[in-house]
Amino acid sequence: MSITQTEPRQADRPGHEPGALEKAKVARDRRTYIALLVPAILGLFVSFVLPLAYMIRMSFNQGAPDGVIVETFTLDTYIQPLTDPFYWRVTLDTFQMGVIVGILCVLVSYPVALFLARTTSKYKGLLIAIAIAPLLTSAVVRTYGWMVILGTNGLVNSSLKGMGIIDTPLKLTNNMTGVTIGLVEIFMPYAILAMISGFGRLSYQLEEAAGSLGANKFKVFTKVTLPLSLPGILTAFLMVFVLSISTFITPRLLGGGSVQVLATEIYDQTTGLLNWPFAAALSVILLVLFGAVIAVYQRITKKIGG
Amino acid sequence: MAEAPLFKPKLKVGKPLFGILVFLMYVFLSAPLLIVFIVSFDSNQFLSFPPQGFTFKWYELLPKETTFMNGLRISLIVAPIVTLIVLLIGVPAALALDRFEFKAKGALQSFFLSPLLIPSIVLALGLVLLFSPLRLTNTYAGIVIGHVAITFPFVVRTTLMSLATSDTSCEAAARILGANSWTVFRRITLPIIQPGVIAGGVIAFIVSFDEAVISLFVAESGLPTLPVNVLRYVENQADAAVAALSVILILFSLVVVVIVERVMGLRKALR
Repeated sequence: MSITQTEPRQADRPGHEPGALEKAKVARDRRTYIALLVPAILGLFVSFVLPLAYMIRMSFNQGAPDGVIVETFTLDTYIQPLTDPFYWRVTLDTFQMGVIVGILCVLVSYPVALFLARTTSKYKGLLIAIAIAPLLTSAVVRTYGWMVILGTNGLVNSSLKGMGIIDTPLKLTNNMTGVTIGLVEIFMPYAILAMISGFGRLSYQLEEAAGSLGANKFKVFTKVTLPLSLPGILTAFLMVFVLSISTFITPRLLGGGSVQVLATEIYDQTTGLLNWPFAAALSVILLVLFGAVIAVYQRITKKIGG
Repeated sequence: MAEAPLFKPKLKVGKPLFGILVFLMYVFLSAPLLIVFIVSFDSNQFLSFPPQGFTFKWYELLPKETTFMNGLRISLIVAPIVTLIVLLIGVPAALALDRFEFKAKGALQSFFLSPLLIPSIVLALGLVLLFSPLRLTNTYAGIVIGHVAITFPFVVRTTLMSLATSDTSCEAAARILGANSWTVFRRITLPIIQPGVIAGGVIAFIVSFDEAVISLFVAESGLPTLPVNVLRYVENQADAAVAALSVILILFSLVVVVIVERVMGLRKALR
């Protein structure tokens, strides 16, 4: 119950007349928090609400060649991406990339998260920090690192060639393989964070109890560890999925123009073809896809939290 | 996870294997940053492996790379302004959310954190569409406005965390003793929320400094920030000069990581 709700009701009742001082305090409090909130609300309105609203409106306009925009109210911009096989391909590729990156990212992050949740090492804090610190490094830099590793003369290819395993370099960049590898690594810290938070009920005691009751290690894992870590795994997957389908830099750089996903398509339509209504429609489609998954995600985290 | 296990696990056979697996995953996670570090000292001009020899020349060349220097200058103007603005609007907002009771509180908190849930490419497009008729593209104002949206939630969140772990009795005591609101804020509340404000501020700075997508859309041609110039540079050529620059950017991020970890814990601040 909030003060603003309860205060007037008390005033209605005879004998509970709030004093003038109390009333003045409520009014003063009200003035204070409104004054504290207004700059933030204004700031977010200008930088966040207005651009999104304008973009949604733009998606109902009609785009013409050379960046001419016809002010109207039409669904044409949505019909093209939803009927054209090319855009179906792009949307499906985006979705598929999200699913694959999500699964792979969960697989590589799970051991780390499990280790971090269980460890009693005095370096636990440091180990967690190392695992999530890459979050605060530039995505451009990390993607560049993967270009060095996966490129034609990169670490992987020159090592394999040096060992005489391959003659012609493997094609690991400018395609979906490279983008996938890069994204899996780039989103690992998010997955690890989500998993550690989702592993709340996982404990040694339970695993130990199952073991002393005669379960072998495989059984302990499948019957105790895995079910208890499932909520964390699921939230991590959904999080990586939404991040993957909307990411731009890595598909752009590691894809080298030959990987087309919704994000790269939005960029090309905006800056290259200047078809803004169409770019806006693609963004709305991405937003809807994104929102649906976020809704599922929040339902799950709420269930875990409560 | 707070309580220590009663006895050590007896996962004897699996333990070394599991340890190796975890180690390999850590290597994978750090691979791009480690490789950039190695390449930046390689005397070979073109990207190759293994390194040919040791050199500092890429670092020495950096000040002469005008694209990087111009980008750096723009980023170093944008990031502090963004940080200042989000602190000035974010800290009071967090205070209002924590210290007062009102109806729309829950909704407002969700609203304040919602920019984290929007893909930056979508927001970037919205910004460029809105800014074009207003002639705000390729201006500092345009970039700053865009960055405010995406950095604001971090400041609100870290400040709220500091507020949540403190109690209000000191503030009440100071008020009873006759301190006015401003004195209470400056002498009591501010020291309490200082870790959250510092953590939020440095995170906002590094997020703005490293942000590439919004800057690319809003100001690619006229006012390219450092990440935008690095992005464009890497698209065309990938020589070791970028590696040297990347190492400096990584070290910069590392400073931020250490500050955040010290004042409130990285995990708490970023979750």
